[in-house]
Amino acid sequence: MALTLTTGKSRPGDKIYLAVLSFSALVLFVLIVGIATTLAWQSRLSLQATGFKFVTLSVWDDAAGIYGIWPFLFGTLYSSLIALLLAVPISLGAAIFLAELCPKWLRTPITFLIELLAAIPSVVYGLWGIFVLTPFLRDKLMTPLAGKNIPLFSGAGYGPSMLTAGVILAIMILPFITAVSRDILQAIPKAQREASYGLGGTKWETISKVVLPYSRSGIIGAVMLGLGRAFGETMAVTMVIGNQPAQTDSGISLNLFEPGYTMSSALANKFNEAQPGLSTSALIEIGLVLFLVAVLINTLARILVRYTGKSVNK
Amino acid sequence: MRNFKFSLTLLPLALTATAQAQISGAGATFPELLYNNWAKEYKASGGAAVNYQGIGSGGGIKAITAKTVDFGASDSPMNAEERQGAPKILHLPMCAGAVAVAYNAPGVPNGLKLTGAVIADIFLHKITAWNDPRIGGLNPGIKLPANRIVTISRSDSSGTTAIFTNYLAKVSPAFKAGIGEGKSVNWTKGGLAGKGSPGVAAFIKQTPGAIGYVELAFADKNAITYAHVQNAKKNFSSPTLASTSAAAAGVKLPADFCAMATNTSDPNGYPITGFTWILVYPDAKPEVKKFLRWCLTTGQKSAAKSDYAPLPVGVQSRVLDALKKIGG
Repeated sequence: MALTLTTGKSRPGDKIYLAVLSFSALVLFVLIVGIATTLAWQSRLSLQATGFKFVTLSVWDDAAGIYGIWPFLFGTLYSSLIALLLAVPISLGAAIFLAELCPKWLRTPITFLIELLAAIPSVVYGLWGIFVLTPFLRDKLMTPLAGKNIPLFSGAGYGPSMLTAGVILAIMILPFITAVSRDILQAIPKAQREASYGLGGTKWETISKVVLPYSRSGIIGAVMLGLGRAFGETMAVTMVIGNQPAQTDSGISLNLFEPGYTMSSALANKFNEAQPGLSTSALIEIGLVLFLVAVLINTLARILVRYTGKSVNK
Repeated sequence: MRNFKFSLTLLPLALTATAQAQISGAGATFPELLYNNWAKEYKASGGAAVNYQGIGSGGGIKAITAKTVDFGASDSPMNAEERQGAPKILHLPMCAGAVAVAYNAPGVPNGLKLTGAVIADIFLHKITAWNDPRIGGLNPGIKLPANRIVTISRSDSSGTTAIFTNYLAKVSPAFKAGIGEGKSVNWTKGGLAGKGSPGVAAFIKQTPGAIGYVELAFADKNAITYAHVQNAKKNFSSPTLASTSAAAAGVKLPADFCAMATNTSDPNGYPITGFTWILVYPDAKPEVKKFLRWCLTTGQKSAAKSDYAPLPVGVQSRVLDALKKIGG
């Protein structure tokens, strides 16, 4: 530590340290660019054959050589959105509780349990989804509501569905959002809270007016981390989403009880036995689209962070 | 301390195992259990060590084409495009397997009678409820529930789907036109799809009213009820090892053995039956030839123990003849 604080004269140790760190940063950059280039190159056959229609067509037919991923793309976005809507309020609540309100003796066991959720392999979530969650949702929610035509809460109701996938995903991303948000809340300088209390602020006012705005950008980052995991999650989703596009012409439906398909589950299902040529190329293009969607969402999040960050500083 | 000793005793074992691993194979998951059992028995009888990996038929074809393995394995013959990359490759049938039409219809016992045309219309979603008169007409005396039918297909590309759709395309022109046949087909919208046989089996067990297709061994292992299917001679046949072998015997196999064994003409045969092939080049190592000869002779007798139907005697002797092409 003291070393970095000494004079501007560079020492050999510093140079090595700088070189090692620059190399690490460069590796990340090269990896990202490398992955993007490889995906684009390997999917060139499909890019040429299908073009932009790849993301708007609703039919994936290997035999006919027609490749469209609109239902998969929609499924990825929709199931992740359901997961976020369910997980974010609970995670934030848990994080605030742990960081601000929880008695010390309770903090460690709860933190341990939440982190345990993150350590469960996704295939275990999938099995639990098939054997416990799916029958539960079908018997307690889908069957009683069948035929009532409530917006969103309708559809085939076989059990495996968008909703089931969304709930499984929510449980899976919960520990990530909670753990990161809690760390961010805890990192807020004590002086901020003390200032609020000093001005006569209540606990609620301190949390809602000081702590949360101060950590907004970090929390958005935590949510994005959860969203990234929801996008990429494959095994558990494949096991509970039904792997069939909805029974509409476009292959998509906002109805939660309708089965669906996601990009990553399409890859998991189709890649093993893909024929070389256009079929494999189209599958790699799914990877490319997934990559681009992730980049796009992350960029939007950055813009959001910058925007909200500014509004706090006003 | 105990662990330490244990790992020390394992070390020489691991070394000898790698030193002896002489034959490698990869491909279809359907016969994986059988090939692994064969490998164990073959080694125990003093043969070379065989390492088989069930990576899927497509992967097996790719691996043998690139010659990264000594033999490949597939549940459906290579298509014209694939053959161009691997001229002179031999298809050697190793055993036959049945695809069971498994269902979860509340209150309906095992052995519901179905015809190919009815199964095709169920998967085309023309028959949508279990108490449809076309199912009832085949099963007088069975009280059919009013549940809707939920079709379960395979979401991944698979030899099982190839056998199932090949059969339905043979018996139903509407199915042939509407869905077609192949390892992965474009199913009519509706229903669910599970990944792999375990995924399909789980959906069938978990969804009241479900009907799907899995390898016989899977239906048996998961205690799922399955249908007796009417064969080309109008007999209702239950999928068993005997009816599978009978079906295989009732199929005319061309010289290169590349034919689907569905819709057999044997009166006792189960109609949704397929072969599983080992793919090998004529210039394969002598050890591979020796192993395959063992599979086709001694191995056939133990196939039934692993729930696979041995080849009919006529086919067996023809494949043994074809084996002579290896190594010139």
